[in-house]
Amino acid sequence: MNELLDILQELHPEIDFETHEALIDKKVLDSFDIVTLISEINNEFDVAIPAEEIIPDNFNSAKALWALVQRLLDEE
Amino acid sequence: MQNHVLEYLDVTVKKVPEKIAFANETDALTFQDVYDQNRALATFFVKKGLYKEPIVVFMNKHPKTITAFFGVINSGNFYVPIDEEMPRVRIDLILDNLKPRAIVCDEKTIEIAKEFHFDGELYLYDELAQTEADASLLNEIRAKAIDTDAIYVVFTSGSTGVPKGVVACHRSVLDYIEQLSETLEFNEDTVFGNQTPLYFDACLKELYPTLKFGATTYLVPKSLFMFPIKLVEFLNEKKVNTICWVVSALTMISAFGAFKKVVPEYLHTIAFGSEVFPIKQFRIWRETLPEAKFTNLYGPTEGTGMCCYYKVNRDFALDEAIPIGRPFKNTEIILLNEENKRAGVGEPGEICIRGTSLTMGYYNNPEKTSEAFVQNPLNTAYPELIYRTGDIGKYNEYGELVFVSRKDYQIKHMGHRIELGEIEVNVNMMEGIKLSGCIYDNVKGKIVLYYVGDMEPAELTMHLKDKLPRYMIPNYTERLTEMPLTPNGKINRVFLKEKYYADRG
Repeated sequence: MNELLDILQELHPEIDFETHEALIDKKVLDSFDIVTLISEINNEFDVAIPAEEIIPDNFNSAKALWALVQRLLDEE
Repeated sequence: MQNHVLEYLDVTVKKVPEKIAFANETDALTFQDVYDQNRALATFFVKKGLYKEPIVVFMNKHPKTITAFFGVINSGNFYVPIDEEMPRVRIDLILDNLKPRAIVCDEKTIEIAKEFHFDGELYLYDELAQTEADASLLNEIRAKAIDTDAIYVVFTSGSTGVPKGVVACHRSVLDYIEQLSETLEFNEDTVFGNQTPLYFDACLKELYPTLKFGATTYLVPKSLFMFPIKLVEFLNEKKVNTICWVVSALTMISAFGAFKKVVPEYLHTIAFGSEVFPIKQFRIWRETLPEAKFTNLYGPTEGTGMCCYYKVNRDFALDEAIPIGRPFKNTEIILLNEENKRAGVGEPGEICIRGTSLTMGYYNNPEKTSEAFVQNPLNTAYPELIYRTGDIGKYNEYGELVFVSRKDYQIKHMGHRIELGEIEVNVNMMEGIKLSGCIYDNVKGKIVLYYVGDMEPAELTMHLKDKLPRYMIPNYTERLTEMPLTPNGKINRVFLKEKYYADRG
C-alpha cells in the first residue's frame, strides 16, 4: 500500500490519499494521471490492469485501487 | 461568394431543420434550435450597441455554448471562449487584454464570473435566448459583413507568462473548413465525436463542417477519456463515425487494451494531430479498424486550425514518425533556413505558412504580432505576410514534410501547446523561489520542474494550480540547492535534462 501511496503522492503532493474517497468524482485525477498510474503500477507491482477494470469505482480512492492491485495479483 | 461562416447554417436550416446539430449525453439542439437561439442572442447584442467587439463566452461545454458563439458572430462581433478549467489568474490576464463589455454565462459559471475584475455586463444565455429575433436588424448587420472581419479570439500559451490572443477572420475559417472537409471527405452523414475543448481552435473541425453539411456533433464527456471501454461504448451508442482527436486520447484506448473488449462499430475517419503518434499504438488502431482512413494533421493556431495533412498510406517502423505531409490546397509551406532562404533538399528549415489561412495576429499585442507575422523574405516586391511557426521541419525521401524539432521551449503535452517559459515565469513570481528551470521528458510525456527556493514541492504545486491550467502543472517537481547555469548565466536545460534522465530515466 505504501508504494502505491508514493506513486499517488508524486502525482498530487497536496492530496491526502489515505482519506480521499472521491478522486474521480471530485476530479482530482484526470486522464493523464490515470495513464501514469496504470503504467507505474505495472512497473512497480508487475501487474497489468485490464481495460474492464479501468472504471471510476476502482480509482476513486487509494484503498479501492490497492484492493484492485491485490485482487489482480491473487488471480495470477 | 460566401463571406460569412453562418451562411452554412442559413442554407442547412432550410434543408434539415429537425436534425440534431449539436448534442451531449443528455441535451440536443436541432439546426432550427441553433438558428433561432443564435439569432435571439445576436438581436440582443445588436440592440445593446455592441459591434465589432470581443464578447466573452464563459459557459460549460454544452451545445448552447456553441450556439452562443454563433450568436456573437451573427451580431457582427467576435467570440472569445474561456472556461472554468482556466485558473482565475489566467482569466484575469485575458480579460485585461480584451477589456470586453459583455460576458455570456450559464447558470453555474455566472456565479464565478461575478468575482472577475471586469467592468462590463454579465448575461445569462437562457435569458438572452428569449429575445425576439429582429430579422431586419440582423440583415442590416450581415449586409455590412466583410470576410476579413474577426470571428474569434482564442488564447494560447505565451513565454512571458501572458497568454496571447490569436484573432481569426471569416475568410481564414472558411478556407480551412472547405479544405479540411474536402480532404477528410465529410458529408451530411458525418457524425462527429468531439474531444477537444471549445476554448481552442481545435473544435473548428467539428463546429463548422456540422453547419456546412448538416452533419451532427456529439460532445464526448471529458470524464470518459479516463475510461476507455465506456468511451468506445459512447461512440457506438451515438454511432460516431468521425473523430479528430489529440493523440493521447487515441492511445489511451489502444494502450489499455480496450479493443479486446469492445470495438468502435461505426468509426471510419480518424484524424489526429498535435503530437507524435507512437507507431506501436498506431498499429493497434489500424489492425482494429483496417478499413478506416487515418489522417495526421498539423498546424498552429496562428494558421487557423490545421494547415497540413498526411493520409497514412504505408507502414511505419517503430522508431519512425508519421509525416506532416503536405499543405492543404490554397496554403504554401515555406521552409526557411537560417539565412532566410528556402531550405535545400533534405535541409531542415523553419516551417512558415503563406496564404489565406493566416490569422490576423495577436489581440492588442503588436509587438508579438510583428515577431511572428513577418514579411515573406522571398518576396521583396510588395507586402505579403507569412507566419513563422518556430517549428523546424524538412522533406523526406518521398517529398513529404516531417517535423524535426522546435526552435525554442515550446512543447506539446497531452495535445496542448505550452511554453515552458510560461511555467517558469509563474514559479519565479512566487515568494521564496529563487530560480526555476523546466524541461520536457518526451519519452514519458512529463513536464519536469527544477527549482531553488524556500518551499516544499507539494506547496509549490498547490500554488501553481491557482495560476496555471491543469495541463501546464509539472508532473514531477524537485528542489535543488543550486541551479546549473550555462557560461552565459542562463539556466542549463541540457544539464537538467541529463540529470533527470540519469536520476529517473
